[in-house]
Amino acid sequence: MTVDDKTIVGGTAPSIALPLVSGGSRRTHSTLFSLVLVSPLLLLIFFGFVYPVGEMLVSSLFSPGFTLDNYARIFTKPLYLKVLYRTLEIALLTTLGAFVLGYPVAFAMARAKSKLVPWIAACVLIPLWTSVLVRSYAWILLLQRKGIVNNFLIDIGLIDKPLKILYTEHAVLLAMVHVLLPFMILPVYGSLRSISVELPRAAKNLGAGPVTVFKSVYLPLSLPGIFAGSILVFILALGFFVTPALVGGPTTLMMATLISQQTTELLDWEFAAALSTLLLVVTLVIAFAFRHVLSFSKGFSDGN
Amino acid sequence: MEIRTERGRVAAQNSMRVNHRKLSIGQLVFGGIVALILVFLVLPTLIVAPISFSDARYLQFPPTELSLRWYAEYFTDKDWVAATLFSARIALSTTLAATVVGALAAVALVRGSFPGKSIVLGLALSPLLLPHIVIAIALYLFFAPLKLTGNFFGFLLAHTMLAVPYVVISVSASLQKFDSTLELAALNCGANRVQAFFTIVLPNILPGVFAGGIFAFISSFDEATVAFFISGIDGKTITRKLFEDIDFSLTPVIAVVATLLVLVSLLLLGVYQFVQSKMDQPKHS
Repeated sequence: MTVDDKTIVGGTAPSIALPLVSGGSRRTHSTLFSLVLVSPLLLLIFFGFVYPVGEMLVSSLFSPGFTLDNYARIFTKPLYLKVLYRTLEIALLTTLGAFVLGYPVAFAMARAKSKLVPWIAACVLIPLWTSVLVRSYAWILLLQRKGIVNNFLIDIGLIDKPLKILYTEHAVLLAMVHVLLPFMILPVYGSLRSISVELPRAAKNLGAGPVTVFKSVYLPLSLPGIFAGSILVFILALGFFVTPALVGGPTTLMMATLISQQTTELLDWEFAAALSTLLLVVTLVIAFAFRHVLSFSKGFSDGN
Repeated sequence: MEIRTERGRVAAQNSMRVNHRKLSIGQLVFGGIVALILVFLVLPTLIVAPISFSDARYLQFPPTELSLRWYAEYFTDKDWVAATLFSARIALSTTLAATVVGALAAVALVRGSFPGKSIVLGLALSPLLLPHIVIAIALYLFFAPLKLTGNFFGFLLAHTMLAVPYVVISVSASLQKFDSTLELAALNCGANRVQAFFTIVLPNILPGVFAGGIFAFISSFDEATVAFFISGIDGKTITRKLFEDIDFSLTPVIAVVATLLVLVSLLLLGVYQFVQSKMDQPKHS
């Protein structure tokens, strides 16, 4: 299988929005015609998202009279505060882990010999486009009591009894870093690739060692990619459901798994709606505050 | 004079060699680290395949004896087949719907001007960022009283919304690359907008439309969170059934289904890659 730059752009699609600049494109469609073209999308978003979320918001606030009890519950019960805290903690650690593991890969992808690049890209894109469910299941196989990791450690004599790894916070963290790693690598790769080859060469000619070149050229110029990747991974980690649901246990409840528990086990839909609203608002606030970092509207805004 | 330059050349060569070697040790260590991370990235995805060919009744790695019995079990299990077909039907319809809706919107977003454009764009791309659990809960509350849970059309609405950003992004990218004066020329020569779209614009943005369609299919077929909540007893996607079975019983059939899901993704990425390279060729020569 060959993978070229095209695939990398394609693979970037889910993570950072639009790698394009509009500049030259001349507008040829009138307002009315444009609105006709965009109306199916608007209907779709309205019925698929805006209306259902509105209904959810209402159900979290009325039971049957107006009440803020559901929200007060989140912030007063120590159990739920603990879940909020754990969610933030795991999301932050996931972001950090993805950065530590993702930066070297992005760097290699941007600077390796062109023969190697497709292989590295394939290693990043194949997991990105395979089901999160499959990847989380694979972590169960790896980490369970009689799993691959425990068997291996016993075989080489490092431990006598299998370790309890699955259903702990460590397992959730490991699997989440794995699942979200491509979302860090691709934006960082994008910003590293846009650095002109001349700059590090000039630094080297002026006597800079590899460490200095990295610290004074690559690192500062790849900051936009690092920011974009970090925000992306953090936001996705905050609301992540599948991986913590499968790899985590009752002691590793996060926002998403708490919401699921409230609905499927306790049937408390109003409280679940309140938790969902809170999660949505937090995500929206972060996404909106950092919309320029995420470059969501690049290539479309009228100012361009 | 000549000796001096010769000496200088040798010295320069030597220093270059030393420099080169110093770098390659560093590069070797760095390359090793990167290789380990890449193994970490890819291995968990591929580990399910050998287990699916195991003959054991429980999960075994590496399998001691190979067999296809769990594949046979999957293909003869009524529930698995029904879930697979349901998912395939949803994913195909989602692909069609998302491609049409997304491509039309992309044309308006790139070439048109209308009030609130950046808001529309934000809304169109938001499913990429918003927590799927929230969408799942909201859709369940919306669908349940309408009896749309476990329903094909409920899934079509949900998955089309989740898949549309991929189409908007890839079609927009194609549109930006395509020279809009060609379309203007067609309009000046008497073609109407619809004619110009089908004869001039569409053939030029086809790679983007195609790419968007492929990603839309994968996103629907692999979608698990929303499917977990809006599935019903009769209308279950393959991901919902997989989710349940991972939680309740860990038989090797799950490894078979996981392997098939990986295969579908790899196959589609391969097709995408193949078509993309084919479509690029005539332009270069």
